Amino acid sequence: MSEELVNIEVDGVPMQARRNAMVIQVTDASGVYIPRFCYHDKLSIAANCRMCLVEVEKAPKPMPACATPVAEGMKVFTKSPRAISAQKATMEFLLINHPLDCPICDQGGECELQDLALGFGRDVSRYSERKRVFKDENLGPLISTDMTRCIHCTRCVRFGQEIAGVPALGTIGRGEQTMISTFIEQSIDHELSANIIDLCPVGALNNKPYRYRARAWEMTQVPLVSPHDCVGTNLSAHVLRGRVMRIVPRANEAINESWIADRDRFSCEGFYSTDRAVKPMLKQGGAWREVDWETALEAAAKGLQQVVREAGPAQVGVLASPIASLEELALTAKIARGIGTNNLDHRLRRVDFRDQANDPVAPMLGCSIADIEQASSVLVVGSNLRKEVPLIAHRVRQGAVRRGANVSFINPRPYEVRFPVTANLTSNGLGMAQHLAAVLAASLTAQGKVRPSNLAAAVEGVTPSAQHEAVAAALAAGDLRVILLGALAQHHAAYSELRALAMALADATGARLGYLPEGGNGVGAALAGVLPHRAAGGRAVAAPGLNAVEMLGARLKAYVLVGGIESADLVPSSAIEASMRGADCVVAITPYASEEILANASVILPSAVFAETSGTWVNVEGRWQSVAGVSKPAGEARPAWKILRVLGNLLGLAGFEYVSSDEVRDELRHELDSYTDGVAITAAFAPGRLAAMDVTREVGIYGVDAIVRRSAPLQATVDGEMGAGGGAA
Amino acid sequence: MSDSHPHADTGEALSAHVRAEIDHWLTKFPVDRKRSAVIAALHAVQHEKGHLPQASMDAVAGYLGIPPIQVYEVASFYSMFETRPCGRHHISVCTNISCMLCGGEDILAHLEKRLGIKVGESTADGRFYLKQEEECLAACNGAPMMMVNHVYFEHLTPAKVDQILDDHK
Repeated sequence: MSEELVNIEVDGVPMQARRNAMVIQVTDASGVYIPRFCYHDKLSIAANCRMCLVEVEKAPKPMPACATPVAEGMKVFTKSPRAISAQKATMEFLLINHPLDCPICDQGGECELQDLALGFGRDVSRYSERKRVFKDENLGPLISTDMTRCIHCTRCVRFGQEIAGVPALGTIGRGEQTMISTFIEQSIDHELSANIIDLCPVGALNNKPYRYRARAWEMTQVPLVSPHDCVGTNLSAHVLRGRVMRIVPRANEAINESWIADRDRFSCEGFYSTDRAVKPMLKQGGAWREVDWETALEAAAKGLQQVVREAGPAQVGVLASPIASLEELALTAKIARGIGTNNLDHRLRRVDFRDQANDPVAPMLGCSIADIEQASSVLVVGSNLRKEVPLIAHRVRQGAVRRGANVSFINPRPYEVRFPVTANLTSNGLGMAQHLAAVLAASLTAQGKVRPSNLAAAVEGVTPSAQHEAVAAALAAGDLRVILLGALAQHHAAYSELRALAMALADATGARLGYLPEGGNGVGAALAGVLPHRAAGGRAVAAPGLNAVEMLGARLKAYVLVGGIESADLVPSSAIEASMRGADCVVAITPYASEEILANASVILPSAVFAETSGTWVNVEGRWQSVAGVSKPAGEARPAWKILRVLGNLLGLAGFEYVSSDEVRDELRHELDSYTDGVAITAAFAPGRLAAMDVTREVGIYGVDAIVRRSAPLQATVDGEMGAGGGAA
Repeated sequence: MSDSHPHADTGEALSAHVRAEIDHWLTKFPVDRKRSAVIAALHAVQHEKGHLPQASMDAVAGYLGIPPIQVYEVASFYSMFETRPCGRHHISVCTNISCMLCGGEDILAHLEKRLGIKVGESTADGRFYLKQEEECLAACNGAPMMMVNHVYFEHLTPAKVDQILDDHK
């Protein structure tokens, strides 16, 4: 786009604007307010609400500011009598059919129409005829509708076409009978669908679970960071009397723009589930007893100390969820290493640890999230991207749709994406590793490079197809090219092979290799050293401990579970139950006391969910985001970092005198700053024959963690009903 | 390059004739603007089926490679398209100003009585559909008038209407 500037005058103030910019974009940038309903800076221009009419010198009639490009010497008047009268007239028309039900409307108090009616509406309506009424749409469990309130701005329609890529809503009928509808009754099944709630300038589309729960002006807004995926989505929680009533997006252009995934918005419905752990509990003689915090913490410390004393620290296994805060993860690592065990892991669903020595210090994206949109080529290896990381999928889609980026997938089976793809390499008799090897072979041939010695066996005799060659060619040219390893790769039985091939492909093409770790703190957990073979910052430990799978198969005498870990978070195995129930001491620091946790644990220390605790989440870009936490934890639950701090004290470990979570974070940061050696890469992994079968596990979008699994509205969606566990591919 | 939409079903719902008709119209538009052919495609389907069943609209969407909702939008916007089953013969009685002054409303009342249905309904035997006509049909010189299957009948009287109905089996 031309950066040429033109001189214009807005309300008598001279300003410069980019040629072809719309008047409203210029006024927005310079703080001059023009009322609007249909204009939205992330959507295409529709110019159908007419609220932004302004007076333009020499124009015969008022012009819509959202669809009027600036021109040299243009004089715009946004508050002249003519502009104001046009805006007032528009408002009168919009209100003709709008019901006067603000007192029972959830949008009341935060309604764009209500706000503008105050400024531009008449005191009394001149319209005395009947208003038209529409039947409400059933859009599924997340979005409530009151279509009579609709003013036909079509923001939701454009969102479906442009952002979601799934145009489900349309403008049906015409004239007075025009309505926004799916036409045939169907739910809107998209991982970003509920953003239309925020886009809707009136109360036509609202948050269904939140319906009639609170009024906007009663609540306080507190910043949060989503722990459900590696994006680190910025959220605002709306809190009333200590309880989270709903979650809305907090705009951050670099991360989530103004969108959030439905998973981030509705996970709060799982905060206060019926199995929420609200009191410390102790299992004695097979029966649970509610106790005070002191008793429970002492029992936990004594149980662990007894195992350490009698069976040795190697009989203690510590697992932490990657959705936990950085502070919780750091303290977990500190306790584990303090009592002398390296049986410590957060990679709960990984099965292949053969090449863990070559894991990066932290599994990061390799570029910023915003850069993904600018990449000329993206190869996604092993990810149902839309369901796994919806907002990264959104960036990838925008790159493909707006900039023509080449996007390819290597997956065990095809997943629906709503943009043109260069290649969707799935099965066809080949395993993911074989597809990757074929792309690598094509790439080495095209670049005239010799095959890396460790991959000789893997690439030997591979004949790439035209599709493999197309992917290789797409990765070879352009400024930014990215290869992403998703959860289906990380859960794969041949993850070591996939990673070795991906590394070689990145080397051969000059593309960057990025990771999409699970949980909001996959990066944080790795940095904090919640790993059996590494301490904070990637520092190697002398005697690596057991990884998650080994621990759960080893029937250790004690386990510590941090962050509400349940079997759905783990690699499925019949050994888990036996290990847990055979242990002398299982300390569960968990927000929930589900039947499974009650059966497995011996001490339950009820912890806060992410919204209830201060903490830091490190996203996939390596961005540290600290938030203060919002509400009181449910019942007697406490922030997990405080629980771990006291547990550290009771275990007699040094250095557990923190008074705030910030101190924990700063200590870790200091430690990371002082150790910058990174990891010593050992010999490159050498795959043998590559398997044609993919053994990996897909976790459903609404099955990723304990909080999401308890959100009834999310479980009621089509994605939720497909099951939390997903399926083996 | 592939870009699929859900419910995209180009299969049996469209006859060879309809597909040929759509293909003919597609030649008139740029290759990346297949959406332009949606009105012509719907006309072809309606001509064959009498109305636009949802499966056929989905098939049109699949054939043109556009989301089904964009077909529903067009089908629901134009009064020439019927999205619900209706009688074989479409009757539109003009009741706009000239016809109204010349007795168009009486003609409509006669038709309603004779067919036993109200405007917007079809007879139970599936023979007649009394369409809601929105606007003047531009035959004021022949008022009162009506249109049956897009053919104009002017200077109507109840007897003439009865004859016309008898002629449409």
